[in-house]
Amino acid sequence: MPISFEEESRTAGAPRKSPMKDAIIVDNLSKKFELGALSHETMLRERLVTFFTGSFLKRAAKKEILWALKNVSFQIGEREVVGIIGRNGAGKSTLLKVLSKITYPTSGRVQVRGRVASLLEVGTGFHEELTGRENIYLNGSILGMKKREVEAKLDAIVEFAGVERFVDTPIKRFSSGMRLRLGFAVAAHLDPDILIIDEVLAVGDAGFQKKCLNAMEDLRSGGRTVLFVSHNMAAVENLCTRAIWIDDGKIHQDGPAHEVIESYMATFASSQQATTDLTQVESRRGSGEIRYTGFEFLSKDGQPLAMMRSGESVTFRFHYHAKESVRYPFFGLRLFTELGTLITETGTWHHGIAIPEIPPGEGYIDLEIDSLNLMPARYLLTVGISGEGFHLYDNLDHCARLDVEDANIYSSGRNLSGHYGIMFFPQRWRLRGIPSITHQG
Amino acid sequence: MKSESVSELWRFRELLYFLAWRDVKVRYKQAALGVAWAIIQPLFTMFIFTLFFGRLAGVPSDGIPYPLFSLCALVPWTYFSGTLSQAGNSLISNSNLITKVYFPRALLPAASALGGMPDFLVGSGVLVVMMFYYRVKPSWSLLLAPLFVFGMMVLVFGMSMLLAAMNVRYRDVKYAIPFLIQIWLFVTPIIYPSTFLPKRFQQILALNPMAGIVEGFRSCLFPNRPMDLTLVGTSAAVTLVVLVVGALYFRKTERTFADII
Repeated sequence: MPISFEEESRTAGAPRKSPMKDAIIVDNLSKKFELGALSHETMLRERLVTFFTGSFLKRAAKKEILWALKNVSFQIGEREVVGIIGRNGAGKSTLLKVLSKITYPTSGRVQVRGRVASLLEVGTGFHEELTGRENIYLNGSILGMKKREVEAKLDAIVEFAGVERFVDTPIKRFSSGMRLRLGFAVAAHLDPDILIIDEVLAVGDAGFQKKCLNAMEDLRSGGRTVLFVSHNMAAVENLCTRAIWIDDGKIHQDGPAHEVIESYMATFASSQQATTDLTQVESRRGSGEIRYTGFEFLSKDGQPLAMMRSGESVTFRFHYHAKESVRYPFFGLRLFTELGTLITETGTWHHGIAIPEIPPGEGYIDLEIDSLNLMPARYLLTVGISGEGFHLYDNLDHCARLDVEDANIYSSGRNLSGHYGIMFFPQRWRLRGIPSITHQG
Repeated sequence: MKSESVSELWRFRELLYFLAWRDVKVRYKQAALGVAWAIIQPLFTMFIFTLFFGRLAGVPSDGIPYPLFSLCALVPWTYFSGTLSQAGNSLISNSNLITKVYFPRALLPAASALGGMPDFLVGSGVLVVMMFYYRVKPSWSLLLAPLFVFGMMVLVFGMSMLLAAMNVRYRDVKYAIPFLIQIWLFVTPIIYPSTFLPKRFQQILALNPMAGIVEGFRSCLFPNRPMDLTLVGTSAAVTLVVLVVGALYFRKTERTFADII
């Protein structure tokens, strides 16, 4: 099958093409990785050994083939803003890399019309020794800006990043936040026809994320074609009109964003159960010396809870199995809204608890929550076990679902629902001397 | 190379400039002596060579003062060896770029070849000063020197495309390059003139493209030194072969760089 990249570069002043044309056409695209082959032949010595020992031994090095993408076809019209969603390892990033010409398809055809800028990382090519200003030039140039363009936008970029005082300081002295802002500032001043973005928004503090989302909003209203990979379903739903759900290298669903997101979310932990078996979960990461085997929601008196109410006290019990003795592990969990926004992360590390050793075998630890201050809605849990030096033993994304039911939170008899937010604080109103009647339920 | 990839290289010329500029900037950012290294390196090697080979071993230099004789070969050689070792690693040391952005990959070895030029020019300045000192009067043949400089850049570009591309797959190359350069120094007429060798060996020597470049460069600088056209011609042909082979191998493998780097 022919592989071709066709690209028409557009001069800055030329009018944009009619909105009916396709900006991106992907036709029957497949991408194969040979996993075994790489590690087996990277040293010349081994290549020579296989050469001299003959082909019968060469066959012994079995190649494991992974199809990162298989027969993917879709078209994206000009000015369309499309979100790409799917689990880790589903092939989303590979797709973006193929579209950005970083990696080549094994078969199939990709046609891209217009100037493409792909942001697979913020601040690609930043060099520690160079100053902020020098890095703006370098990074801008790497992302496809002309020198004159960078010159014209330099002040705006520096202001956007808020690093005016440090423009002539080497960026090795920059904090990670400053670096991130600088990188995004350059990216936000690109002027492409097509923008390809990979999970850039997953980093940075809330204020910065908001700035990024605003910048993306501007890009969209500027009439650009945007392709956007994210795990943040709220962002995808807000920004995109259309979503493509990729699963196992194939397109699982392609349609209006809210529909695709809805069916995608429905596949996570089908319903809340008092106990969740985690031994059969395949989509997990980590080295596996110690793993979660199960998960329980318990009431104060140790009874299994199939459902919980806002403000209740609850215990999360994590069951694990250690294959061998594990030193200094940290247990943790993250709580997400159904749309993938992180509400809180907590763990033994956060509490400063050090566990010198977990002996081989089964065990469990409990997280006791005095008051579950969540508004009624559906939530998702991600659990993980890490070790010293950011080592990851086990990680299960969105492995359990937590349904919080309507509750009489403020003892007002009003059933407050998720319309009133994600969470609440234990609280009271004081009306000093103002006559009032309180509705008691 | 196909014309489309050449025109693409042209479209990305600004990035080529910035990558070369980065290499130069970074090289001297933290070095206290900065650009002085471009002077110290060939000059110091010249002293050592003059002492050991010129004085103690009595290697002939065809009537040219030995320090000048060796320096005018050491300036291009310093460019060649320094740039080749950097360009040979240019892909793996920029793996973060290769896996995150698209640009013609050949820009990386090309930028290294270009980034070595400022040092070469500084070294040439030292050479000019030395020629004044020894009162060597240049002739019109000096105008041919840029041709040899160009040939040298083409050779480095061709060699480094080959080595850098192999380096992605076989990291052994990284260790082989310094070794290769060390051997190469001795089979290039830097310490000795090519006429020092028996006729038979001179023909073999011509297959080393650096031999023609170094000797040709020498002939441009010293008016009484005849240009060995067979040597220069053979070297030019070999340089061209290296460029074509390097470019073909690079083109064949560049599609897999992002996947295996």
